[in-house]
Amino acid sequence: MQLGNPGSPSAPEGKPLLEARDVKVHFPIMKGIVRTRPVGYVKAVDGVNLSIMPGETLGLVGESGSGKTTFGRAILRLIEATSGQVIFDGENIVELGEKEMRRRRRHMGMVFQDPFGSLNPRMKVGSTIGEPLVIHKLHESKEDYHQQVGDLLDIVGLSRNMADRYPHEFSGGQRQRVGVARALAAKPKFLVLDEPVSALDVSIQAQLINLLEDLQREFDLTYLFIAHDLSVVRHISHRVAVMYLGRLVEIATYRDLYTNPKHPYTQALLSAIPLPDPKLERTRDRIVLKGDIPSPRNPPPGCVFNTRCPMATKECTEIVPELELVALDHQAACINI
Amino acid sequence: MNLDFSRPRPLLEVKNLITQFSTEAGPVRVVDDVSFHINEGEILGLVGESGCGKSITALSIMRLIPSPGEIAEGEVLFGGRDILQMPDTELRTVRGREIAMIFQEPMTSLNPVLTIARQLMEPLRLHMGMTKEAARERAIELLEMVGIPDAGDRIDDYPHRMSGGQRQRVMIAIAMSCNPKLLIADEATTALDVTIQAQILEMMAKLTKEIGTALLIITHNLGVVARFADRVNVMYSGRIRESGTVDTIFENPRHPYTVGLLDSIPRFDEEERERMRTIEGEIPDPANRPSGCTFRTRCRWVADDCATLDPQLISFEDDHNVACWKAESVSRDRRPVV
Repeated sequence: MQLGNPGSPSAPEGKPLLEARDVKVHFPIMKGIVRTRPVGYVKAVDGVNLSIMPGETLGLVGESGSGKTTFGRAILRLIEATSGQVIFDGENIVELGEKEMRRRRRHMGMVFQDPFGSLNPRMKVGSTIGEPLVIHKLHESKEDYHQQVGDLLDIVGLSRNMADRYPHEFSGGQRQRVGVARALAAKPKFLVLDEPVSALDVSIQAQLINLLEDLQREFDLTYLFIAHDLSVVRHISHRVAVMYLGRLVEIATYRDLYTNPKHPYTQALLSAIPLPDPKLERTRDRIVLKGDIPSPRNPPPGCVFNTRCPMATKECTEIVPELELVALDHQAACINI
Repeated sequence: MNLDFSRPRPLLEVKNLITQFSTEAGPVRVVDDVSFHINEGEILGLVGESGCGKSITALSIMRLIPSPGEIAEGEVLFGGRDILQMPDTELRTVRGREIAMIFQEPMTSLNPVLTIARQLMEPLRLHMGMTKEAARERAIELLEMVGIPDAGDRIDDYPHRMSGGQRQRVMIAIAMSCNPKLLIADEATTALDVTIQAQILEMMAKLTKEIGTALLIITHNLGVVARFADRVNVMYSGRIRESGTVDTIFENPRHPYTVGLLDSIPRFDEEERERMRTIEGEIPDPANRPSGCTFRTRCRWVADDCATLDPQLISFEDDHNVACWKAESVSRDRRPVV
């Protein structure tokens, strides 16, 4: 396997593999017992536009309540979007019927954060990994099935004979490898990785990041990598998008976003991360944001970040900023840039 | 021994602490012969990955080890008194009043059926002997100090009315209410978002400095340690493997595990992205540790002796202790190719 240099690729060009157009996911807040009725909406995702190129890793970062996980699920239709389009491989999958969607879903996979909760404890990991092969009828015979499951274990760095074991016999890092193997079973083009390394210890985290990078190169995979850890995201992504309270506030190449962040939220987020370098930490300027993240039930009017923004003006409470080009391949949603 | 009076006085000294849990297969040492000290007003970081024994070390200091665990050996000297030998009445005055502790889960550490006022006034009345009125006044002051807006109104709220960050602020207010000499923060900001984590850590460091409280930060986050700690202890598999000042540990680590840990964190300020360096293998099961040096199965510098001889923490240079036979040849710039 060629390892290559993860630092080299510029964003791949051509037609996007996946495009989200004004995707909104609003959850109704229901009230009443006999006659339940919506009394408001949680705008978890509120009009997100982005595209992901074939072979690209798009990092999606944000804090809790930013809507990053909901967005990741909405583009796979694990949660139905309230409005908007998701174009996958040239086709709007939001309009597809259930049966057709199931056929498309073969090409899309997901890896979840929790390596303990996302595997069925009563199922041997071989069956967990092989389930997509059964669902999508991707094996020719019993031997072929076992062969494929063994190959998948191999690919993620586990030994073939682990297929007969149960999840409790695996460590957190190994379970996450099982999750990756399952996601790869149907030979997808696209994976949503939702905080795939957050629950792991740092020494194990690095192993998994390397594995994900190798797999992308070997199988031409396209990733949406969702995480709250900006350092990990920078390491693996070609471009990075920042979400806050259901909206995209900035999107740029990984270099630009980290060396030249434009949105005040991105700037604050970067300055809040303590770096493993005591000398630098003593001299670093930091922006400490005031207050808590507002509830997505009741987002502030205008720019959603205005309640905590050190640069906010009166206009910010009135105008909802749209993403605008601020540099080459670099968009930000702020009226004060 | 040389007596040096210019050195800061140790506030807490942990000596040869062994904490074990009984299992069907016999006792398992989760904390295995750990010794360290914290000076007055100092910030000490205790870092390590899951299962390394850092939290159990903290709980041992407070004598809060749950059954079937027990402290088998050792001393925890606090102001010259051994906490492990104290009668319960004396222990109660130390806990909460002189040593306070905050945990990772602000959700479960607060009592959900009592108002913030009740929970904040209790230690003030119990330990400081304040009247109800005085305690309430002080409680509001404390909430303001930790940055809760509208403290006078919020004090009568129940915990569920507050966000995770606010609950952790309340926990800090309770912990600091009796001006403790030592505050133990066990992954206190791990569950919080980064922007909130930054606010709370800054506030906690400022507050402890003002009052002169020593701080023991227990975390897996090396960035947090680099930002706040004066000295660091690195734990692996129940033992301290390296200790020193933050500058020494981050710039000149001499234990292969410390080197590996620092190498496996990506940094967003690095120029070029390189393939991540990893520590191969998995953290050993405490019931089944390798012989000799417990890190040898994952170590790049491993030598023949490592399987038979168990390295002790020895002084490598001033304020820098390392438990490794190869410490002389270990550094971040000289990695053997495996």
